[in-house]
Parts: sequence; C-alpha cells; structure tokens
Amino acid sequence: MAKPLTLLASGEGKNDLATAFRAPRRAFPELACSAMTGPAMPHLDTLEAEAIHVIREVAAGFRKPVMLYSIGKDSSVLLHLLRKAFAPAPPPIPLLHVDTTWKFRQMYALRERVAAAPDITLLVHTNVEALAQGISPLVHGAKVHTELMKTVALRQALDRHGFDAAIGGARRDEEISRAKERIFSFRNVQHRWDPKAQRPELWHLYNTGLTPGETARAFPLSNWTELDIWRYIRREGIEVVPLYFATERPVIERNGAWLVVDDERLVPRAGEQVQVRRVRFRTLGCYPLTAAIESNATTLDALIDELIDARTSERQGRVIDRDPEASMERKKQEGYF
Amino acid sequence: MAATETDDLLRFITCGSVDDGKSTLLGRLLHDAGMLPEDHLATLACDSARQHPDAPGKLDFALLTDGLAAEREQGITIDVAYRYFHTAHRSFIVADCPGHEQYTRNMATGASTASLAVVLVDARKGLLAQTRRHSYICALMGIGQVILAVNKMDLVGFDPTVFEGIRAAYQALADQLGIARVVAIPVVATDGDHIATRSPRMPWHIGPTLLQALEEAPLPQPVDGDFRLPIQLVVRPHQDYRGYAGIVEAGCVQVGDEVLVQPGKTTARVATLHVAGEPADAARRGQAVMLTLQPDVQAGRGQVLASAGAPCPEASQFACHLLWMGEEPMLPGRAYDLLQGTGRVRARITAIKHKVDVHTQAPLAARRLELNEVGACNLDLDHDIAFEPFTSNPALGGFVLVDLQSRATVACGRLDFALRRSANIHWQHMDVDKAIRSHAKAQKPLCVWFTGLSGSGKSTIANLLEQRLTALGHHTYLLDGDNVRHGLNNDLGFTAEARVENIRRLAEVAHLMVDAGLVVLVCAISPFAAEREFARERFEPGEFVEVYIDTPLAECELRDPKGLYRKARKGLLANFTGIDSPYEPPADADVHLMTLDASPQLQADRLAAWLAGRITP
Repeated sequence: MAKPLTLLASGEGKNDLATAFRAPRRAFPELACSAMTGPAMPHLDTLEAEAIHVIREVAAGFRKPVMLYSIGKDSSVLLHLLRKAFAPAPPPIPLLHVDTTWKFRQMYALRERVAAAPDITLLVHTNVEALAQGISPLVHGAKVHTELMKTVALRQALDRHGFDAAIGGARRDEEISRAKERIFSFRNVQHRWDPKAQRPELWHLYNTGLTPGETARAFPLSNWTELDIWRYIRREGIEVVPLYFATERPVIERNGAWLVVDDERLVPRAGEQVQVRRVRFRTLGCYPLTAAIESNATTLDALIDELIDARTSERQGRVIDRDPEASMERKKQEGYF
Repeated sequence: MAATETDDLLRFITCGSVDDGKSTLLGRLLHDAGMLPEDHLATLACDSARQHPDAPGKLDFALLTDGLAAEREQGITIDVAYRYFHTAHRSFIVADCPGHEQYTRNMATGASTASLAVVLVDARKGLLAQTRRHSYICALMGIGQVILAVNKMDLVGFDPTVFEGIRAAYQALADQLGIARVVAIPVVATDGDHIATRSPRMPWHIGPTLLQALEEAPLPQPVDGDFRLPIQLVVRPHQDYRGYAGIVEAGCVQVGDEVLVQPGKTTARVATLHVAGEPADAARRGQAVMLTLQPDVQAGRGQVLASAGAPCPEASQFACHLLWMGEEPMLPGRAYDLLQGTGRVRARITAIKHKVDVHTQAPLAARRLELNEVGACNLDLDHDIAFEPFTSNPALGGFVLVDLQSRATVACGRLDFALRRSANIHWQHMDVDKAIRSHAKAQKPLCVWFTGLSGSGKSTIANLLEQRLTALGHHTYLLDGDNVRHGLNNDLGFTAEARVENIRRLAEVAHLMVDAGLVVLVCAISPFAAEREFARERFEPGEFVEVYIDTPLAECELRDPKGLYRKARKGLLANFTGIDSPYEPPADADVHLMTLDASPQLQADRLAAWLAGRITP
C-alpha cells in the first residue's frame, strides 16, 4: 500500500497549503535575462524570422491557404519570404492575383515572369461580370471600381477556390485602421471583419482555429515599415517593378496628382496636357488611381535616402484613401483585403 | 535622422488608466521626434477641428492612434494600435494599449510582445486601480522594466514633492511585482515637457526625457541557454527529404549535434540545416530554421527538438497563473485546447487555488474565473508536453486556452512548475486488456450517450434499448445520471461548475466500463456541448455514439414526469435546464431522434438495429 502514501506526500494538496500560508513578497520572480523578449539579431533579421514563422503557421494551421500577390514591392518581399519559409522545398502555397485589368504594363510583365517560375503556381481572378458591365475607374470613380474589381472580386476568388486562409502583404504602418489589426485576422462567412471583437494574440502563439464558414487573413509583414521593406529589398536583391524608380514618364495632372499615361485608356480631359516628368511611385495600385511623385531616385540607394528624408506618408498617392466614405476600416469590413 | 541598418529594436507599450493621457503622450512623442509625416499632420489638424470645434487650432493627438470609427465616436481606445518610429540609435515598435478594464485582453495582447512598458499616471490622481492592474498584467506577461511617466505636472504646479510621492509609491508596487527597473519622469504630454526636450518648467528633474529613456533602456541581452526548437511544420516535398521547420527559441545548434525529440526518448543528429532559406552550418536563438535529422526519425508539430545533453522537463500537470479573457466564465473541469510552443493539447483546470486581487495582490477564494480575472490554477493535460517554466523561457512556458466550440482564445497564462504528482503516478500494466475482455463477451464495447432535456424520454428509450440488447445476448449497463447522483455524485449540485464535474465523472465511469468490454448506455441531460465533446474524446474512434433525444421544451413541460418543470416555473428549483439554465443542442449528433415522430418502442427498435452492426464483432 505504498502508492496512496506517495500520492499524499507529493500531491497537489501539499502545494495548495504551501501557497496559502507563505505570502510571497513578489507576485512573479524576476525573469532571467535570457527569457525576456527582444532581438538577439539585427532588426531586419528579426522581422524576417517573424514573417517566416507566420507563413509557416498558415501552412500548418489551415486546410487550403493562398497568398495574395499584387505585384507591388510588399508582394515581392512576401514572395521572397514564401520561398525562404519552405526552402529547400518549393512553396506549398499558390499565389492569387486579383486582377482589376488596370495595372501598369510593367506590372503585368513582372507578373508573367513570376508565373513562369517552375516553383510557383499563380492564379489570376477578375470579376468578369463587372468587367462585362464596363466598370472602369475613369468612368465610375475609385469607390465603385475598388468595390467591384477588388473587394467583390477577392470574395469571389476565395469562395470559388474554397481558400480558408489568405496571406497578404498589408503593413500596420500604412494606415490607421491597419495599425489596429492582428497578424491573424478573422472574417465571417460574408468575409466581414469585426474590428471590435478581435481575438487576443499573445506572444507568438497564434490560435488559427476556425468556426464553420469562417476564414482567416494573415499578415506576415505587419511589423515592417516602408523603410524596412526597401532595406530588405536592397539587402536580398529582390526584383521589383521598375516603376518604383524615377525616370521620365508621360503624365497628366488631375486633382493635384500626377497620373502616368500608361495606355490609350487614360484620355486627357479638356485643359489637361500630357507632359514628360521625372517621376516614380511609392505605392502601386490601379494606374488611374495611383499618383506618381516627382523624384530623382533612380537607384535603391537614392530611393532609400529619399525615403529617410520624406515628409509625407506612403499612401498619400492613393486616390481611394482620400474618400472619407470609403475609409480603410469600412472597406475591410466589406471584405477588402 | 536616419536609422542604420544594423540598429536595434525596442518593443514597448504605453498603458495606464483612462484619461491619463496615453494617446496624447504617444502622439506628442512622435510629433516631437519628427516622425509624423506632413499629410498625417494635415489629416490630424482636420480631424481635430471636426472632433473639437470648440478648440480651433489644437491638435488632438489621440486621433492619431484611435483608428477605429467606434473609438473616435466614443472617444476611447478599444484595441491596441501599433506605431513605428526610429531615432539615430534605435527602431521602436510601440503598442498603444486601451485603458478600460473591459479591454484588458487587448492590453495583454500588446504587452505580450513588449520588453518595456511606459506607465502613465495623472499627477493629480496618483496610482489608480487600472495603474495597478496594468502593472500586474505587465509583470504577468514578463515585462521587466517600466518608464513611469507622471503626467499633467502643470496641474499640480510642477511640484517635485507630488512627483516624488508617486514615484515612491510606484517603486513599492514594482518591487512587489518583480519589475526590476523603474525610471520615473515628470511630464506634460500636451505641451511636450520632458517628452523629447528638457522642460525649463521642471529644472529639478535631473533624469532623462522620455525619448532619452527609451533610447537608453537596456535591451534584453539573451544569454544562450540550451538548444530548443519547437517543431512548427514537417516539410516533405519528396521521399528523400523530411525537414523540420521552426524558430530556435533558445541556444544554438550545429550540424552534427545530437538532439532529443520531446516528449519522447528518440535521439538523432542534425544532418543538414537551412537558416532563413539559406544552407548553414549553425543556427542560434531567434532564427527561422529548417533542419533534417540522421537517422530520419519521425517527429511532428508540437514536439520539441532539444539538446540531447540538456533536455526540457516533460509533464502533464502544472501549477500556472492565467488571465481569463473569455466572455463566459472559466469552469474548473471543462475541457479546453491548450496551445503552448507549437503544440495543441486538450487541457482542463483541475483546481482554482485562488484568484488574485490585482489591486492588492491578495489571494481570494474562487470557484470560477470571470472575464479579466487572474487566478493561480492547476492544469491537467491529456498527455505530456515538453516545457520550461515561463521565467526561464516564455516561448515554452507561455500558453493560451482555446474554447472548443467558439474557437475563441479565452485565456493566456504562464506555466510556473510541474506538479510532481504526474511523475509519481504510473500506469499499472494489465495483462488482460480491453480486447481480451470484449473478445470474452463476443462484442465490441461501446458507449451510447443519450443527451436531451429533462423529460425528453432519454431514460425510457435507453431502458427499452437495454432490454433489446440483453435479449440479443449483449453485456450492457445503463448509467443513469439521476441514479449516479444518489451515490458517486451526491456531492454535486446543479450549478454550471457542478454540471461540468457531473459529466466528467459519468464519462470516466463509462470509460472504465467500456474498458471492461461492456456496452454502456449513459443517460444525462449533459446540456453543454463542451462536456459532451470531452466525453467523446475519452473514447477511441468508433467507441462513442451520441444520441440526441429531441423533444421540444413545451412537450417536455407537458409530460413533466417528475413534476420538476412545475417546480422550476414556480421558482422552487434554480438552474433548471431549459428554464433558467441553457441547453446547447448537438449540431452533429450520431443519431438524432425526434420523439414526436414515433413511439419509444419504435425508436428503441430502430436504435437497436442501427447499433447491432457496431456491437457485433
């Protein structure tokens, strides 16, 4: 009968007594140095490791994930990290480009090069119903175009393929409501975001469980700044669309913004003159909705120097952000990425 | 000024009570450090004018971080906002945390990844309940240093004695909580005093400004411990490659090192190594690696690769501290999923030793934990995990609990130590096992679990079913919830906690009977989906059949065979299922019987026929 005795001597009852009668001076013992959170590495290495961790969590936690690929600089970094996360194996996650048909020609050229890579599967989805109706940012404006060709199109693509998680390149420093979003963010069956009921997200323990109909968005670049992105592109030699670098381009001035005339669809209105200016882009969207900035930055070094001295924010060039009726929070609630 | 590429990174939070001026302080800091772009400033001026038409020209810095429409409408911070800035020496990630008690879980989210907290105190009010609560949560999350910003010094006449009084009071609190380093600074956030520049109005303050203190704060210097790699993912592109991916959470590793797969006893050597996608010879803490083992042993997500010479402890029972974040209270005995390292394991709280009054640190007796309460508890897991106490390695000592139904994250906590009990109780080997016992009875053992409202007909149908099964020569037992309450469960009442424990015991007894080779019929209201799920988990696949006896509440009340509904309606019986206590109908029961459709005899016949194939070997 030795067993019950052992149980009594070392069981939890004894611990209870010990804690009840010994009032500890400190609620928690001090953490050993090695235990504290913080970088053991340079800043960019820390961000890189965190992003790879998030991408791998998506691969481990979901049935059918996809990575959204929009051909911009953040997408280029994301694709680079996707490959790193699974190397030496090929990435097990396909890319999805939600194509509004209004991207710059140089963007389509890069997309085709990416799609041709043997390790990459790239899906393209366009809201063909809206396209057939002739929806255009030039005719219907930024709000309608973005709603139908991006938000609705994304919902269509996710539903059609049955993706339960989508990785995106959004960063918290881009915009005020993105600054509030978790790294793993959940959407109900209508793809709606409820910003008032976000799951707590502790340490790097991501709860990726879904209830029926729910899907997830994951943002590996959440903690990267615009400057981090460019420094990483320089360090890793990542290919980006040449539109980020200054050169002489045909532009027209509309509503105080420089729009690059990328093809015959952008017709100058009365009083608008096509001029040639030395411009580049900080952010790339649909070309009639994305303003260029005047710049002399023709190299990565020059671009990064320009950015360090910049007095304006990145999304200043996005026409859609200026529409108060279409704030990012509202768009995200409707299912925009 | 530009930050260099090899600069370091400090993650911190701002917290404190509502209206102590957190968002204003942060906005002022970004502004004075020159980190607000012109278009953001222009937007801010515009937003400020719209929100405060009475104060033209004044910038409301709270609007910089309160980015949600609901926050702007209510003028409060609901969720954490992250901001990014850098100075010549350092990059910063700051999480602006909500002050309201109801958003404590969001505050904990921000604190969990930070290594420093800026705690704001209103000089007129001193330390408030929320100051103490936030400091407690910071300590719980492992934050070891605090910058105490005593704000609104202009409203106390820049009086150094007021500042000193608050500083001393906070130092006492920090000592109690185990916060090792406190730097106190008197500030006026609205005007920028001691934020980025020294204040001529408080020349008596000889310490740093807030920005200086942030730049000078010591970064946690990780001392390399023993190698730990929680396996995140097994990458297997083809037969000849099995890669284990994860973040090195402690120590370092080289090709050729011997590692132990934990929990377990298998060892192997590191054959190849990739760090962030590139082949490498060695990897260290914080790096994302992919490695292969020689020999090619099998391991999976949730296991830990550890230095073979210095492995992690393994256990299944723990003493822990946890912060409850669920809308529903935490009930001891209920099953939750525990996430720790990269693993997921079924867990139950076996005991709440006490809850903690976060204002005084006093232990209080408790039978359940409500939203935002902290408790010292005992945890019981389904199987052993490799772990380390939170104080030596948060990556293997921090955990969250997930609700099985809603998938919500309902708690976060820290493993303090393993309870020795788990190491001293061993499974006694038995030569006669379940297979032999059931072979002797010429049947496959089974648990048939009847759930439904009181008076729905569970016992009637189960009774008829047992008659039929016995007539067919099967060995059965009917475990009736009411009958068990006369004996084994006569210490349990009908509160939610007691119902959880009632079902746990029924499930364990049924489990023993199935192990004995019997067909067990369990009749219990078993109102909560979580407990029925727990019962199912106790059995092997195919051994558990959930039968939902679906009778509308009105019909049950009409039948009322025991007169209980009448008593409950008169208020003589509290916590009665269907009246003032909820019943969660099964979404996907194995058998769904609508009792209004057919007689109990017919239902029992159908059920017996359906079960026959499952019982006959």
